[in-house]
Amino acid sequence: MKNDNTYDAIVIGTGISGGWAAKELCEKGLKTLVLDRGRDVKHIVDYEDLKAPWELPHRGLKTQEDIRLSPIQSGVYNYNEVSKKYFVNDLDQPYEQVKPFEWARGYQVGGRSLIWGRQCYRRSEIDFLANSKDGFGVDWPIGYKDIAPWYDYVEPFVGVSGSLEGLPHLPDGKFQPPMPMNCVEKEVADRVRKGFTDGRMIINGRTANHTKKIGSRGPCLYRGKCESGCSYGGYFSSNSATLPAAIATGNMTLRPFSVVKEIIYDKEKRRAKGVRVIDSETLEVHEYFSNVIFLNASTLNSTLILLNSVSDAFPNGLGNGSEQIGHNLMDMPYGAGARGSFEGHEDKYTYGSRPTGIFVPRFRNINKETERKDFLRGYTFQGGASRRRIEDAPGIGAKLKEKIAEAGGWEMGITAWGEHLPYYDNKVTLHKENKDKFGMPILKIDCEFKENEKAMLEDMKNSAAEILEMGGIKNIETYNWNKIPGSCIHETGTARMGLDPKTSVLNKWNQMHEVNNVFITDGSAMASSGCTPGPSITYMALTARAVDYAVSEMKKGNIR
Amino acid sequence: MKRRDALKKTGFIFGGSIAGSALLFQVGCNSKTSDSVGFFSLDQINFLNEVGETILPQTDTPGAKEANVGAFMAVVVRDCYTPENQKEFIEGMDKINSLSKNSYKQSFVACTEQQRTELLSILDEEGDDYFKLIKNLTLTGYYTSQVGATQFLNYNPAPGYYDGCLAQKPW
Repeated sequence: MKNDNTYDAIVIGTGISGGWAAKELCEKGLKTLVLDRGRDVKHIVDYEDLKAPWELPHRGLKTQEDIRLSPIQSGVYNYNEVSKKYFVNDLDQPYEQVKPFEWARGYQVGGRSLIWGRQCYRRSEIDFLANSKDGFGVDWPIGYKDIAPWYDYVEPFVGVSGSLEGLPHLPDGKFQPPMPMNCVEKEVADRVRKGFTDGRMIINGRTANHTKKIGSRGPCLYRGKCESGCSYGGYFSSNSATLPAAIATGNMTLRPFSVVKEIIYDKEKRRAKGVRVIDSETLEVHEYFSNVIFLNASTLNSTLILLNSVSDAFPNGLGNGSEQIGHNLMDMPYGAGARGSFEGHEDKYTYGSRPTGIFVPRFRNINKETERKDFLRGYTFQGGASRRRIEDAPGIGAKLKEKIAEAGGWEMGITAWGEHLPYYDNKVTLHKENKDKFGMPILKIDCEFKENEKAMLEDMKNSAAEILEMGGIKNIETYNWNKIPGSCIHETGTARMGLDPKTSVLNKWNQMHEVNNVFITDGSAMASSGCTPGPSITYMALTARAVDYAVSEMKKGNIR
Repeated sequence: MKRRDALKKTGFIFGGSIAGSALLFQVGCNSKTSDSVGFFSLDQINFLNEVGETILPQTDTPGAKEANVGAFMAVVVRDCYTPENQKEFIEGMDKINSLSKNSYKQSFVACTEQQRTELLSILDEEGDDYFKLIKNLTLTGYYTSQVGATQFLNYNPAPGYYDGCLAQKPW
C-alpha cells in the first residue's frame, strides 16, 4: 500500500545518532522521514548565542521558577538562562526514580547534540574484549577492526580536534590539529611522562570543536558558549552538520512534534511496517510506513518505544524474546579526582575560552603490570590548568577594584570518568499505572553503582593525587562529588548488541535479531560502557556502519 | 580606629533589634508598580546603586552605579533567590539604613562618601551573610554589565583563538 505516509526509511530521533542515520540514508538516495518529539531548532536562526551577558535579564543565572519546573535538568552542569530551552520541563515529562537517577533530556530537533560535552574518544580493542575477559555482560559481536574504518569515516565530517599518540588502548583517529595546552599543562605533562613507568601521561583533549573549517562550519572561536548553540558552527551538532547534509539531498522529510508511540509489527511478514506517532500539538495519531526503521530516540526513550510496542508476536515489547530490553543499563561513575595549585609562570596568563582540556588515557588494567586486585576495567581523567581573575576579595572601594583586576594563582585539577559494569538488575521498565500527557507509560529507572564502581572511585582520587604530585602541583586535595547514576549523561546498554539472540537484542550490525528491518544505533546498543567518556563518536560510527549494511541488504532484497 | 570600634559595637548592639522592627522598605510582589523593577521601588534601587558604588566606586573606570547594579539586584533577588535569601537580603537593606541612622543620624543615601565607606567597611569585615549577598551581587552585576564588561574588563565576545601562555593580563 503506497500512500503519502510511505517512505523508504524512517528515523526516530534527531540527536547525535539520529542525525547521522538521516544523513547517511538520505545520501544513499532513500526517501526518509525523520521524526522528533520536540520543536524544530534551526541552525543559527534559533540560537541566542550572540547575546551579550547584559542582554539577558538574569545575566545567565537560573531562576527559582526554572528549578521548580525542571528540578533535575536545572542541576545539569551546562544548564543556564540561554541553554535552558534545550532541556525538558521535568514536571511535564515525569519519570520514576526507583533509585536516584538524574536523567538529562533535550526534546527538540538536534536533541542533546546541542548541549553535549563534545569529547570524542574511540573505543579500543580492550573495551571490545572487556566483557569476554571478565564475564560481565555478553561478548561484543564486533572488535575494533570492524568499527575502525567507520571511525575513520565519521571523524573528518564531525571535525574532531586531537593529538596523535599511538596508544593501543586509545586509538588515534582522523583528527584536526589539537587545541593547545597552556604553559602549566605542558610542564606538568612533561614531568608526568618522564616520572611514571606505568604509562600515565597527559595528552590534549579530543573534542568535536573544530580547529579547522569544515565547509561552512567553524572554526571554533573560543567563546565559551557551546551550550547556547553556536552560530559559527564551531562544534558538531545534528543541527549544524548532519541534518543540513540530509536536507541538501532533497530526500529528507522532517516531522517535529512527533512522539512515537510504537513501532507497528506485521506478524505475517515478520517485519516492522511503520510507526504510530502522536502529534504533540494536536494529539492526533498518525501512521507512517517504511521498509526500514532506525530507532535513535536516545537510550532510555528507545527502550520506552520498544517496550510499548506490544503485539501478539511480541507481548513483552518489540524484538524482546531475549527479555533483555531495558536491562543492563549503564552510565559511568565519575566525579572523583584531585586539584591543587602550581607555583611558577606567574607572568603568564591565558586568553580565549578553550572548550576542552587535557586528558589522561587509561592506565589501570591495560596489561599484566597494571592489573588491579580491587576493581575490574578502567577509567580516564579530564582536566586542566587555569588562571583566573580574582573575582571577590576582602575590602571595599578603590582597593577592592584594584584587587579584582589582579590574577589569582595557577590551579590544576583532574577528574575521572570510569566504566560501569553491565548488571542485569540495573534496569528501566514501564510504569504500570502512571502515564504522561500523551498517554505513554512513564519510565521507572532502577540503577545503581555497585562495589566495582565504588572501588574504582576510591582509586581515582588516589591516582589523581599521584599524577598531580608527579607533575609538581602543590596543596593537593582529593574529592569525590558522589554523583548518582545518570548524571554523567552516558546512559547505555538497554538493547545491547551480541552474538546470541537469547541474550542480546541486536546483532553485529545493530539490527534486531528478531525484526530484521529495525536498527538501533543509539547508546542502547552498547554491550559495555567502555572506559573513556565521549561515547557519542562510537554511536556515530555504528550508525554509519549500520546504514551502509541496511541499504546493501535492501538492495539484495533481504530487507523490504 | 576607635571610632571604627565604636561603630562595630553599635552595629552589633543595634543589629539584634532590627529583625523585629518594621521594615523601612515595604517590599513584596504586590508592591510592583510601573516605577519599580523586580521587588524594589526606584528608591530602593537607588539605595542599592549607592551601596554598590561604595563597594565598587568610580575610579579611572566606571563604578557600580553607572552599571546600574541596583536594577540587576532587584531582578535577581525577585527571580533567582530562595525565599530565605530574599528575606535576608531585604532585612539587610534595612540593617544598613538603621545602622546609618544610628551612627550618623541620617539614611545611608544621605551620608557622606566617607561615612558610607566607613560603615560598609565594617560590615565587610564582620562578614554577615546579608552583606555577602549584597557584595556578591554588586560584583556579579558589575562584571556582567555593559560598562563593567567593556570598560573595567576587556570584553571580547569572540576571542578567535586560545593562547595558553600569554605575557600580559587579557582583561
